[in-house]
Amino acid sequence: MKAAMGLLGGAALALASTAQAAGPTDPEIAHIAYTAGNIDIAAAKQALAKSHNATVRAFAKEMVRDHQAVNDKALALVKELKVTPKDNATSEALSKQAAATLKRFAKLNAHDFDHAYLKNEVAYHGTVNSALKTTLIPSANNAQLKSLLETGLTLFTEHQKHAEHLAAAMK
Amino acid sequence: MRIAAAALFAMILSAGAPAAGGTSHSYTIEIDKMKFGPTPAVLHRGDTILWLNRDLFRHSATAANRSFDVDLPAGQSARMVVKSTGALAFSCKYHPGMRGVLRVRP
Repeated sequence: MKAAMGLLGGAALALASTAQAAGPTDPEIAHIAYTAGNIDIAAAKQALAKSHNATVRAFAKEMVRDHQAVNDKALALVKELKVTPKDNATSEALSKQAAATLKRFAKLNAHDFDHAYLKNEVAYHGTVNSALKTTLIPSANNAQLKSLLETGLTLFTEHQKHAEHLAAAMK
Repeated sequence: MRIAAAALFAMILSAGAPAAGGTSHSYTIEIDKMKFGPTPAVLHRGDTILWLNRDLFRHSATAANRSFDVDLPAGQSARMVVKSTGALAFSCKYHPGMRGVLRVRP
């Protein structure tokens, strides 16, 4: 858990530093949102490879399905708007930290992995939701992008609650 | 006047879509942007609900008492005949914050 908090603390700092600079542009926001979704898809795929717990596996399948749907919609939107997502320090920090988490979780046994995965899902969705509320949604200029981010916030808040519920029920 | 009355009767029929018994009606509940749309003020046992998922995500309409559990892949719809009575709380089993209540009379 400490490791997860360290990871997310870094991610939160990266997102906060983006906010302090003039605010991310739409191409940067699209890149950050897409990256954040891909990170959760990768985490869920690791869960499907490692976990034997039916509840954890069902949750992981839901994460793959929902985040892929948002990312597919985001890709279609940037294509329609002729916007090229722009890599940035926040996306790079998120990716780097997520890679470290995947590596660390890969060493856990199935039981410990289930606990670590769900706790990390709670914390990760919390961090992303906070960034959506305070930085990404307020900074988005394009109405369609803003609307997709708002739908994403509603969805990810559900994910956070779901993960909290499962983590609390986990023995 | 007779034509107007016939037209009105036809409109009522198409809106209500009565079943074979002539007393059942069909209603549509839409799902979009992570929310269930409005539910009919009053339903009766035997009525049909068309659950229409316009959202990007897979959802379900699942009764708290498990009297129904309708799977709704993204962009798809499903029909359900209401069989239980009372205030039937339901939610999406994938996104439990999405909730509603069907109020069904005998």
